[in-house]
Amino acid sequence: MADPVVTSHHGIAPKVDADATVTFTIDGREVTAPAGQFLIAAAEQAGTFIPRFCYHPRMKPVGMCRMCLVEVSGPRGATLQPACYVPVADGMVVDTTTEKVKKAQDGVLEFLLVNHPLDCPVCDKGGECPLQDQVLAYGPGESRFLEEKRHWAKPIPISELVLLDRERCIQCGRCVRFAAEIAGEAQIDFLGRGDAIEVNVFEDHVFTSYFSGNTVQICPVGALTATPYRFTARPWDLDQVESTCTVCAFGCRAAVQSSSNRVTRLLGMDSDPLNQSWLCDKGRFGFEAVNAGDRLVEPLVRRSGTATSDGIDELAAVSWSEALATVAERLDGVRTEHGPEAIGVLGGARLSNEDAYAWAKLAKSVIGTDSVDAQIGDGLPAEVVLGLPRATIDETCAAACVVVLSGDLREELPVLFLRLRGAAIDGDVPVVELAPRAGALGEFATVLPYRPGEAATLARNLGAAGEEHPDSVADDAWAAARAALARAGDGGEGVVVVIGRPSLAEDGALVAEAAAAMAEAWPQAKFLPALRRGNVMGALDMGLAPGLLPGRVSLDEGRGWYEQAWGSVPAGRGRDAGAMLRALVDGSMRAIVLVGSDPLGDFPDRALAEEALGRAGFVVAVDGFLSSSAALADVVLPVAIAHERTGTTTNIEGRVTRLAQKLVSPGQCWPDWMVASELADRLGAGLGVTSAAELWDEIERLAPSHAGITRVALDTPAARDGIVAPLPASSVRITSRRALAPFDPMATPGIDAVEVQGAPPRAGLAEPPGGDELQGAPPGASNGANGAASAPSGAPARPRSLRWPVPVEAPQLPAPDSDSLRLVSTRRLYDRGVLLQSCRSLAPLAKAATVRANPYELGRLGVTTAGRVRVRSSRAAVEFEAVADDGVPRGVVCIDFNLVGDDSAVDHAGASALIDVGEPVIDVRLETL
Amino acid sequence: MAVTEAPRIVTSRLEYDDSFTLERYLATGGYDGLRKALGMSPEEVAHEVDAVSLLGRGGAGFPAGRKWSMLRKAATTYLVVNGDESEPATFKDHLLIERDPHQLIEGVLIAAYAIQASRAFIYVRGEFALGLERVQSALNDAYEHGAVGRDIFGSGFSIDVVVHPGAGAYICGEETALLESLEGKRGFPRIKPPYFPAAIGLYGEPTVVNNVETLSNLPWVMLNGSEAFTALGAGRSTGTRLFALAGHVRNPGVYEVEMVKTTFRDLVFAPVFGGGIPGDRELKAIIPGGVSAPWFGPQHLDLPLGQDEVGEAGSMLGSGSIVVMDDTTCVVRAAWRITRFFWRESCGQCTPCREGSGWLEKILRRIEDGEGLEADVDLLMDVCDNLAPGVSWPPQQTTICVLGSSIPSSIASAIRMCRDDFLVHVKDGGCPYG
Repeated sequence: MADPVVTSHHGIAPKVDADATVTFTIDGREVTAPAGQFLIAAAEQAGTFIPRFCYHPRMKPVGMCRMCLVEVSGPRGATLQPACYVPVADGMVVDTTTEKVKKAQDGVLEFLLVNHPLDCPVCDKGGECPLQDQVLAYGPGESRFLEEKRHWAKPIPISELVLLDRERCIQCGRCVRFAAEIAGEAQIDFLGRGDAIEVNVFEDHVFTSYFSGNTVQICPVGALTATPYRFTARPWDLDQVESTCTVCAFGCRAAVQSSSNRVTRLLGMDSDPLNQSWLCDKGRFGFEAVNAGDRLVEPLVRRSGTATSDGIDELAAVSWSEALATVAERLDGVRTEHGPEAIGVLGGARLSNEDAYAWAKLAKSVIGTDSVDAQIGDGLPAEVVLGLPRATIDETCAAACVVVLSGDLREELPVLFLRLRGAAIDGDVPVVELAPRAGALGEFATVLPYRPGEAATLARNLGAAGEEHPDSVADDAWAAARAALARAGDGGEGVVVVIGRPSLAEDGALVAEAAAAMAEAWPQAKFLPALRRGNVMGALDMGLAPGLLPGRVSLDEGRGWYEQAWGSVPAGRGRDAGAMLRALVDGSMRAIVLVGSDPLGDFPDRALAEEALGRAGFVVAVDGFLSSSAALADVVLPVAIAHERTGTTTNIEGRVTRLAQKLVSPGQCWPDWMVASELADRLGAGLGVTSAAELWDEIERLAPSHAGITRVALDTPAARDGIVAPLPASSVRITSRRALAPFDPMATPGIDAVEVQGAPPRAGLAEPPGGDELQGAPPGASNGANGAASAPSGAPARPRSLRWPVPVEAPQLPAPDSDSLRLVSTRRLYDRGVLLQSCRSLAPLAKAATVRANPYELGRLGVTTAGRVRVRSSRAAVEFEAVADDGVPRGVVCIDFNLVGDDSAVDHAGASALIDVGEPVIDVRLETL
Repeated sequence: MAVTEAPRIVTSRLEYDDSFTLERYLATGGYDGLRKALGMSPEEVAHEVDAVSLLGRGGAGFPAGRKWSMLRKAATTYLVVNGDESEPATFKDHLLIERDPHQLIEGVLIAAYAIQASRAFIYVRGEFALGLERVQSALNDAYEHGAVGRDIFGSGFSIDVVVHPGAGAYICGEETALLESLEGKRGFPRIKPPYFPAAIGLYGEPTVVNNVETLSNLPWVMLNGSEAFTALGAGRSTGTRLFALAGHVRNPGVYEVEMVKTTFRDLVFAPVFGGGIPGDRELKAIIPGGVSAPWFGPQHLDLPLGQDEVGEAGSMLGSGSIVVMDDTTCVVRAAWRITRFFWRESCGQCTPCREGSGWLEKILRRIEDGEGLEADVDLLMDVCDNLAPGVSWPPQQTTICVLGSSIPSSIASAIRMCRDDFLVHVKDGGCPYG
């Protein structure tokens, strides 16, 4: 019997030896299981379900509920043992149905109901409640308890999102363990003892965790309920599909449940390579935006001569045909007069892959402009992101050493933070973070602070692994980082670099330079992009970036291939987001199409965005909401958003997963690809597609990175967790998440074991010839791997996707100024973005922006602990509350992005007022008032 | 009636008013045992203790030497002293902590040397305000004296000893809950396996947890040798043991008696001990080893005070508390009071104990208040059966620790010995004992 290993927490983790098996007997059947596996899991694999409450397959067992008692025969006769933490052993004889076991199950269930209020008729959990279900299946028919039950005030709010009913609680500790063990924030815990024990937040504290919804999801009774779902539906009225959350780019798989064409809730699916059951609260409750009343539901066109006192003409509802005709006419006019590069397309991270491909084809082939950018100045150079050798999330979590240079992952990619935290704490994977500010990774990572602009220097020092290091890094931290990197093999083998945008006030090119330095020092290292916007990776894959074509192909490399497929491609490289806005200001660009982007809110340099939109001759907004930018548009086109569309999305590791349509869009919303297709028709060259499915077929045929990932392959049950692009040239088996564990109905109450992801593939498509064996196309092949008709001889060869190295341009840094501080501006999960502000429950969670600085810097100003200060850049001066923060290095100030100060009357008081994207770093001065 | 001439091993200094001071301790042979131990190899000391069959005095009676020998080899090991004596009517360690703290500290140091512990912790029940003060000042004096800390008495052996107050939970006397508490966490007993802290204990390191009285024996053992110790008692139960005698006796108090050679009758009735039952009333029942233990009746009075002898008779010496109940005792009320204690002290972790303790308490109170039903007696037994299947001795468990399976002991004893008392309560609609 393998020894269980005690971890830092109360519970124990199984030490499963997958290579060794043991044979044991369960209810008279002899079965085998991996050595060291807990009995409850081994029994489940053998087809025997043992009832349980506290056990959760993603957390360490604690054996508290005693529901899983089974009879285990040992040297001293048969005794009752908890199946959740006893490891299976060779020759073990287990009985789950004896009289003794049944009596124990009866007993535990009767005990659980002693103090349970049995208010099932008014309980949200009724109908999907493990307590109900297991009392019915295993419990006594009635209770012998005659006394008064324990009473608590109920329900009590423990946060804006979560309500607690302590009478219903059965003290399984799932919520407590999730908070401490998985999220690392012990904000909900046991108080009191005996039958007066309660779970609760600590006095005067709020359950502020970004992951609080998971405790609601795994609660086996109705003790924890979430305000967005509470009393909105009965479980038996819900219908469910499995889909992917697109609130950030991690790609969590979720069960989307709806009733009467309204999303009622999302539950995290246990997807092994992805979210492993969990969701962040923004992803979980972000569906409120889909149901929101302020959705755009009809096309709008600005009518001249309708101006009121503010001098701006009003937007008026029109038909789609009128709106599209207006857009086509105006874009055609600009193209004729100023050339195609006078038109830009900004945004696209909100789109599905199919939408993004349609917009790329419209822009680059039909309109003829290469000035398209799915990133709005908040990401990294696209060639760098696509060109760096890519790591998967699983590879990252099993790395010899992880180096992080990105925004605070808990704020930007929350579930990646959970995965990385688990790898670091339970898997002993060392994590080194290069950061210009303190963040959540500090709990487990070695943090190497740097001043904006100095990331590349720090990265070079780290790559050299010598004694030399910047002054901002303490000696012991440097030694720890070197020790962590010493675990890597030759050439940095086993190192995974998580690369994102640490600060919006630091040019992305500076981060690219640091990435390049690490790629040079560690040629065997892999990189995991940490770009945060929904489908930004899919949009880049589909060519929504200057200089790129679908399939991670450069304009020059793919010219022949796509000219043949599309008819034409742009002559030369176009502008990125910043350059487009500058071109609108200087008049070299005349029209801009905002595809689900809000540059006023999201572009780092608010003054530039305002001036650009003000001067643009023609602005089209394709959006689900009337964002502050869309409100300035000449034409607004309403589109379907999350859960209203079918297609695919791509996450940070390149994993393509299916989006399932659950709702019919409100009003006259169209899918984005259809808008592109209709516009293309009106601009003289149709896209030649009539559905998202056909678009995928074209992507699979043309984009070299996506060859072999056919629609049928994506639809197979084995591919429910998606398929990572590109496929290797050798064949690969797509594994099912069911290969490891059967469906556990108690893990996430209310989730159905759905086998279908949205609509089935169209009839008439054959199964892939190799079953679930898939194969990518070798570079240079001229036909699709799915057996499409061969191209005629002499046709251009399939282009190659980008490969490292790609050119990286490093901007010149200004000379350091001893009186100034470098500005760091970081994202918060809850901000003033359009999506979040459309969510009734989440909107109030966006806090006021503060300026955080090292106590030393504030002390120089005479600000001791907190107080109001003015931050002055070359652009503006803005006032904020100052907060002393040891985690912020000296010489740096940190201001949250896309949040305003506590004086909400000042609309422009956010960090973006201070940033000039023309400067690689932003130097500011702090002033007392 | 036999009162043996056995020497006092752990209570020899209690006749002095200043028994807790370093001066008195040194004047009465204090720290000589430690000096002798430090002159031996750690293995020799451990062997000496193993040879005397020093059964643990905390409750489970596990031999100290065996416990030490199970310690997993590791760079860091801990010794933890369980001074969380909290069971009703148990107050023997209390006495040793308050009145002879140096003897405990010397025992700790001998044990720590034998197992080569990295650090020792003395976990003292939080309510022992005076005891905490005394053991902390004694420790300070011992540091000053060179008996604790770096290079003890020039031997090269160094160890720090830390006194840690409990926070008022009975469950923290359960050794794994104690370790959790010591780590700063809730006092929840840990799941088993791992069964012994000797494998995985404090902060995950191998740990020995010993009782106060157990360790207080060590200075005498070192000075007088194992043969002198094993000459006392019989069988596995060697040496002397402290018993906290309470209830219906003329002289309640703590007595150190030779094991096995002394019987329950001796302890209860000998004039130098309990002195008999006031008013020479009839004995109704006796709790032989704390409120977790099944009760004995008058027929058990001649049973020797030995671990195996009592175990074979269906109970235990347990925590060293003996409660005498005469024929004026209402067993329903006695069982209710004991059950109420367990209800209030259940940690709340396991369902059967958390919910069962309160339910049993409510049924017992109802019977005592005259609102019981005849069926309640069987209901009590069946609920007990769901806490400890079979309601036998030693009990089977449905819970992580033995608190849950201890609750049925008094209830089942009361029902089995005096079922009629319950039925009279039900029939008369109240307690016949007033």
